[in-house]
Amino acid sequence: METDRPGLITVDAPSEKAATSSTPILRFEDVSKIYPLPAGDVVALDHVSLTVEPGEFIAVMGPSGSGKSTLLNMMGCLDVPTSGKIYLSGQEISRMSDDDLTRLRRDRIGFVFQQFNLIPLLSAVENVEFPLVLTAGREESRQRAIEVLRMMHLDDALFSHRPGELSGGEQQRVAIARALVNDPDLLLCDEPTGNLDSKTGTAIMGILAAENREGKTVIMVTHDPGVAAYARRTIRIVDGRLV
Amino acid sequence: MIFLDLAVRNLKRHKVRSVLATVGIIIGVVAIASLGIMGSSLSVLVGGMVSDVSDTLLVTPHLAISSGDPFDPRNTLAARISGRDLGLIEKAAEQHRVIPMILASDRLQVRDKGGYVALYAMPATEIPFLLEEEAGTYPRAGSSGVMVGSLLADELDLHPGSRIEVGGESVRVAGIAAERGMGIDINPDYALIVTEEWYTERHGDQDYSRVIVKVGDLAEIEEVKVAIDQQVNRRKEVVDVLDSREILEIYYETFDAINIFLIGIGAVSLLVASVSILNVMIISVTERTGEIGLMRSIGARRREVLLMFLYESLILGIAGSLAGGVVSMAIAYSVTTSVAGLFADFAVSGGDGIPVAVVIGYTAFAMAFGTAVSIVAGFYPAWKAARLNPIEALRYE
Repeated sequence: METDRPGLITVDAPSEKAATSSTPILRFEDVSKIYPLPAGDVVALDHVSLTVEPGEFIAVMGPSGSGKSTLLNMMGCLDVPTSGKIYLSGQEISRMSDDDLTRLRRDRIGFVFQQFNLIPLLSAVENVEFPLVLTAGREESRQRAIEVLRMMHLDDALFSHRPGELSGGEQQRVAIARALVNDPDLLLCDEPTGNLDSKTGTAIMGILAAENREGKTVIMVTHDPGVAAYARRTIRIVDGRLV
Repeated sequence: MIFLDLAVRNLKRHKVRSVLATVGIIIGVVAIASLGIMGSSLSVLVGGMVSDVSDTLLVTPHLAISSGDPFDPRNTLAARISGRDLGLIEKAAEQHRVIPMILASDRLQVRDKGGYVALYAMPATEIPFLLEEEAGTYPRAGSSGVMVGSLLADELDLHPGSRIEVGGESVRVAGIAAERGMGIDINPDYALIVTEEWYTERHGDQDYSRVIVKVGDLAEIEEVKVAIDQQVNRRKEVVDVLDSREILEIYYETFDAINIFLIGIGAVSLLVASVSILNVMIISVTERTGEIGLMRSIGARRREVLLMFLYESLILGIAGSLAGGVVSMAIAYSVTTSVAGLFADFAVSGGDGIPVAVVIGYTAFAMAFGTAVSIVAGFYPAWKAARLNPIEALRYE
């Protein structure tokens, strides 16, 4: 499939951006996140510093309540730190406005969730094109969505199905296609296999690993050591600190 | 527009809920439009009766000009408007119709009944203008026929062709005038109407008792009134000019107040409908919190989420307003025909129904109001949706 969109991921060539960029995709500088609660402040992240280079495959592990989700939210520009600085591809995001952060999420980041989180009103292909139609025309968005869905090995007959008519594995493929449709710098996965049986989970991990081999930077949060084994680096977090 | 698309799909997903919210708006729009139309149809139909005489200026001789005691009724009878003054009035009235007339009385004898009767004498050409005929023909200049007021004809059982004795002379009844009711210009229902020629042939040339000026356009009444006053009363008070415009103004003010009150009742029902839209939208936002969180986290901006929900309430409002507008038009049509029938007995001017512009005006107003109210009702839920924190919204079950 050929399109004239620059920098699209393709099956046979690694992303140009990932291959040539020398700046880290993501850099945390002494980042803390404190949630003020009536019972006392909760420190979700405690002076975390880390660097993610292009093309890495990282698993974030840790017990529940350790700050994994907060870390992932910050990586995904969903949240800003109480103190410290976060650079996404060299761009400082901690003081950005809500609209600018939203734009970053739309153009530079792909999210895959444990619950799939597809929009129930939209068909599979419409879910995939959603991030694209926010900026591009419907026609080219549709083309690109179909292209990515085929890369996920989803049967063409399922493209027009609503999420409720798809199996868990199929839904997660659609969700991954949606995450990849904008050719993001960073693919963030929150327990991507948590709601799937082991066979389907293995297939999904195969897709993520393949994406990484193509040059996509992948960061995933998981409990499952078997899933974490797909990653090439593991970050452990306990009580808001990296260990 | 994917957000418009999503709004439509969400409304379709909850058909019953959307239809009920729309029905609320339909009722509100119909209430405003039909109450407004009904109010103004009352105003128009009853107004027809009043404006029949309200376009009239009545010019009467100024009492004081005849020397002597102004309270002596003989002075009133003696006071007249001369032909010269009539000329001045005609000049001042410009294109408006000027009808001079002589008021008199004469002895009437029909079979064995006799008595005095009021007599209106005016130029033959003006009689059809002031009076409608019920039977027979209008009296023609040069003929000896007279016209009999409707009630008088009923009482004396007169028909066209009947013979009556006026002032001892036997004359033929040419026609019967239709009932006219009370007016400020003439009250001919118990009178005889004759041509000016008929009267002067029998009583000699005379000055006029009063002059009626018919001003076609109500807005010009004041102007004409001032013009007559300036022309005729230049040096001394010769005539009094009377118009019923002030009475009419009070009348219109009253009807305007009634109309606003009626529309107010309609507006309340539309406000109730807007609360149901508010309710539906809040439910929709709450139900879709997770979805909103997802959209926000994959790149939908606050403004876009706000728009998506505004579209929903806007669609409800527009759909309700359109349907309400159609229903209102249908009601207005049937009301026009039935009310016109109902009022036909009273409407002397022959109620020509409600002007189309009024119907369209009220319907358009109601539709605009219905749509606006829906947007206002939808704004708070939409704003709430846009302000949701994506992380918390995503976690919401």
